[in-house]
Amino acid sequence: MTAILGKQPVATARPPRRRRSSIGRLLSLTVLTVAAVLVVAPLVWALATSLRTPATSFDQPPQWIPTHPIWSNYQAVFDKVPLTTFFLNSVVVTGLIVVGQLLTSTMSGYAFAMVRFRGNKALFGIILATLMVPIQTTIIPVFLIIRYLGLTDSRMALVLPVVGGAFGTFLMRQYFLQMPRELGEAARVDGASHFQVFARIYAPMARAPMATLAVLTFSAYWNEFFRPLIFLQSTDKFTLPLGLVTLQGTMGTGSISIVLAGVIIALIPSVLIFLAAQRHFVEGIVAGSFR
Amino acid sequence: MSQPVRSLGRASAPAGARPGRPPQPPADDATALRRRAQSRRGRREALFGYAMVASALVVVVVFTVAPIVASFVLALFRWDGISSPQFVGLDNFDALLGDNAVTHSLLVTSGLAVMIVFLQVALGLGLALMVAQRASKIVRNLFRAAFFLPMLASAASISIVMAYVFNDQFGVINYYLGLLHLPEVSWLSSTGGATATIVLVAVWQQLGFTFILFVAALGSLPGDVLEAAQIDGASSARLFWRIKLPLISPTVLFASTVGLINTMQLFDQPYVMTKGGPGDSTYTTVLLVYQTAFQNLQFGYASAISVLLFAVLLVITAVQFTTSRKWVFYS
Repeated sequence: MTAILGKQPVATARPPRRRRSSIGRLLSLTVLTVAAVLVVAPLVWALATSLRTPATSFDQPPQWIPTHPIWSNYQAVFDKVPLTTFFLNSVVVTGLIVVGQLLTSTMSGYAFAMVRFRGNKALFGIILATLMVPIQTTIIPVFLIIRYLGLTDSRMALVLPVVGGAFGTFLMRQYFLQMPRELGEAARVDGASHFQVFARIYAPMARAPMATLAVLTFSAYWNEFFRPLIFLQSTDKFTLPLGLVTLQGTMGTGSISIVLAGVIIALIPSVLIFLAAQRHFVEGIVAGSFR
Repeated sequence: MSQPVRSLGRASAPAGARPGRPPQPPADDATALRRRAQSRRGRREALFGYAMVASALVVVVVFTVAPIVASFVLALFRWDGISSPQFVGLDNFDALLGDNAVTHSLLVTSGLAVMIVFLQVALGLGLALMVAQRASKIVRNLFRAAFFLPMLASAASISIVMAYVFNDQFGVINYYLGLLHLPEVSWLSSTGGATATIVLVAVWQQLGFTFILFVAALGSLPGDVLEAAQIDGASSARLFWRIKLPLISPTVLFASTVGLINTMQLFDQPYVMTKGGPGDSTYTTVLLVYQTAFQNLQFGYASAISVLLFAVLLVITAVQFTTSRKWVFYS
């Protein structure tokens, strides 16, 4: 590097900027790499340890690259606990929530942005005001409503209260606000109904924000722990996070490699979805900050 | 998304001045007919609008708006959830003001929240600054994926992993501390250690959030302003404090507000890793609400605590926004 720098004309009035910035560049790359390694390390450790024999999983030093991976731990976690059931419960609950959120948010977001009706702003204001209400403020009454509806210890208890929400409605409304009204008006003149205009013209254009909403909703509810802990009692209805914490409690410290195999299995769908839809994750998070 | 950053507090846009009804012209037959046709069309459109917002609105009203009101009402009762509720007026609030467990949990929670948010914002901003101009796009995406990875896992199952990583006897961290001839730390069995563990785990998991926010904010800085300052010979420290930081101050406000609201609700990590201990050093308010309501079956008293937590959150947010006028810069 010095050789390249040496060839450059030195007789400029300014101090040698390039060199300073390349040192800075190297320094920040180093810091970033160290930080990234530290951030990823616990998950790598979990993955590596999930492949050790249960008996030696605590032995030091930690084995970062498994020499003899014990894949049977992944079989064992399915044998020892109803992990398939937990997994399917998570899929059903999260799937219903995502579908429900997409439906209600797209419809209401469209109406709040494009349809004229009395009370439009006031009703939207009500929805928006709930955006920052923490779940703990409402959990006791929600629990009582669920109990009143006879839904305690059911998967629907997790789905029903969150199939419509402030964030989704807000996100979709912001998107539809930018859409030209002329398209719909032209279709109306041609005899399309209001619903047809929405379903045939505007909704298909909103695929990108819908994908954003879907991935954010998925990751929020796939990982949820608080509400399942309160609403569910029977093991066969547990979702993955609740099931794993219970599993850890019942297995003691003997077989952490098996518990960690469960943790890794729960993480796989999120990672796959993130890899497929990175852009939508990032857009959703950034969109949230531009209120 | 393309709209400029505005104050996020005023979430509902100020209701624009509704244009007053134009003075009615003398109604001849043609305009009367037209108006009737218009109002019929308008009514149909309005009906469509109500139908479209109905589902989202019903869910929000039944499961958020009504429960907020219900929390305040429940807080005025003594109720085990089974026998008939007993009206006690403000007794619950009176009791919780003298309840050490409540005040202690609020102190613990706010202490944890302040530490977590400060570290999260500082580290997220620092890392974003490093990645912002220097790295190529591939490298930048690689770092983004790395910092984002922990956010994809559930806090509960991450806490299982971290309980082993930070284990006092056979944890990885103490092993490496030993290798470096540093004293081992009793991470989960001492007051300070447990607090540090909760903070570290929460910061570790949420770092990706602030990182992404700051990368986006720094990416949208006006290039000509930065260039002009650089040509004028501004040092990079000066460039940061005088130009970049003021320009991204709305993002700092957003990140810290959202962070505070989230961390004041800390539950999963202490529930799984420390159960609030040792002693009650990591006993957060939500842990207290959970135990009071769903284990001790004191629904009224638990509601009073959650109302108090809600009030604290409102005060924090209000204070942040009033003081932010002094330091947040809107272009």
